[in-house]
Amino acid sequence: MSIIKFTKDHEWIKLDGEVATVGITDYAQQQLGDVVFVELPEVGRNVVAGKEAAVVESVKAASEVYAPVAGDVVEVNEALADDPALVNRDPQGEGWFVKLRIENQGDLDDLLDEAAYKEYCEGLH
Amino acid sequence: MSDNKSGQGQSNEGAVPVPPSPDLLLTTPLHELHVELGAKMVPFAGYDMPVQYPLGILKEHLHTRAAAGLFDVSHMGQVRLTGDNPAAALETLVPGEIQALAEGRMRYSLFTNEHGGILDDLMITNMGDHLFLVVNAGCKAADVEHLRTRLAGKAEVEYLGDRALLALQGPQAAEVLGRFVPAAETMKFMSVLEATFRGAPVLITRSGYTGEDGYEISVPNAFAEITARLLLAEEEVEAIGLGARDSLRLEAGLCLYGHDIDTTTTPVEANLNWVIGKRRRAEGGFPGADVILDQLANGTARKRVGIRPDGRAPAREHTQITDAFGAFLGEVTSGGFGPSVNGPVAMGYVATASAAPGTPVNLVVRGKPMPAKVAEMPFFPQRYYRG
Repeated sequence: MSIIKFTKDHEWIKLDGEVATVGITDYAQQQLGDVVFVELPEVGRNVVAGKEAAVVESVKAASEVYAPVAGDVVEVNEALADDPALVNRDPQGEGWFVKLRIENQGDLDDLLDEAAYKEYCEGLH
Repeated sequence: MSDNKSGQGQSNEGAVPVPPSPDLLLTTPLHELHVELGAKMVPFAGYDMPVQYPLGILKEHLHTRAAAGLFDVSHMGQVRLTGDNPAAALETLVPGEIQALAEGRMRYSLFTNEHGGILDDLMITNMGDHLFLVVNAGCKAADVEHLRTRLAGKAEVEYLGDRALLALQGPQAAEVLGRFVPAAETMKFMSVLEATFRGAPVLITRSGYTGEDGYEISVPNAFAEITARLLLAEEEVEAIGLGARDSLRLEAGLCLYGHDIDTTTTPVEANLNWVIGKRRRAEGGFPGADVILDQLANGTARKRVGIRPDGRAPAREHTQITDAFGAFLGEVTSGGFGPSVNGPVAMGYVATASAAPGTPVNLVVRGKPMPAKVAEMPFFPQRYYRG
């Protein structure tokens, strides 16, 4: 069974065993608009919680994607190079960014669960 | 509206609106319509303006190039210049040959300063008994002040705060507007027509800032919303926000004031030499003429150029441009993704030795040099109406 958590910066992280998949939420892609480019980290890079892990660019602007928790990048979504709009079409599925081998599963406890994230987004309007 | 008549029979009517406080924004007559259409509103030059509608910037951009887009550009300043010879008066502030501008025709020009820098860019239309100017929203208060101060006793300056401005742009704009104003369909590029749009007195110019055929329609505030609604009801027309306006003009190679041109750039550096009229090159007589004419004769150290990154990553404004060895060449002044080009495009200033199209350069994006090449502009072919 997988666990899915969210950050206030609108990333999601889904843990399956030791590897967690990270992407941006539907709310985030709606705010960004059409994604035209995604810059992904190198496989093997160590990312730090709350620090830049990737960059997502819309027609208008570039935005940083932060690592929800610390870990090593084990895989990146190569499909985004040819089809960055996957982030808009399926942000919480095919439009994932990176897979991390996370350092400490307990770090996920600090993040928002789905209900809390939903409530947080509603408060932003 | 003020009605302060001053000496020599001058009336400098119309105060330029300013936001009542830094936290409050001005609105255009189409504000309610934007909100109703679901626009994302952002502050721009003191106005609450639509950056995009639910369609999104990418599709709005592509729709404008494929059919027709309607833009609210009412934040821009509309100014009437009257007097014995307003064209001669205006020539003391711009390097264009305004006295040679035939009645009914319009021209792009620049207000220059004493150092040859650019105060604003503008459109000038010869209405016969007066000149009609359209200036940038962010500069309009300063422009009107500049005109009133510098042309005192020579021309009267009226700010037309009672008029909205709509732009209808795209290959189907002529067919759409022709349904309401048949004569608009055969207007020449850069010409003006006074007409009636379903009862509203309008001033139509065949112009725009997208690289496409199209029109700008100056309409009394009271008729602005109904005019916009009638145009939007045509099936070819979508509402288009400032986001797509920016990507469209960038692909068309057109300058955005405050970014690609400003008081620190001259018309020659900006590669806008064509704005400087032949007679004006011989005679001078505009602010900064000594600097500008010297640059025309002897060249400049830097030039505005187009740049195409080799990869897919956009290079944004202020991105550093370097040569193959990392030496600084200049900076990107506008950059982003070109939806019709389907890739990143940028413009910026580089050392003149590196300004030839095809010259390889690097763009330093997030600390990493990315290969790019100086490129011809426009990035996307301009498709103005040529009859």
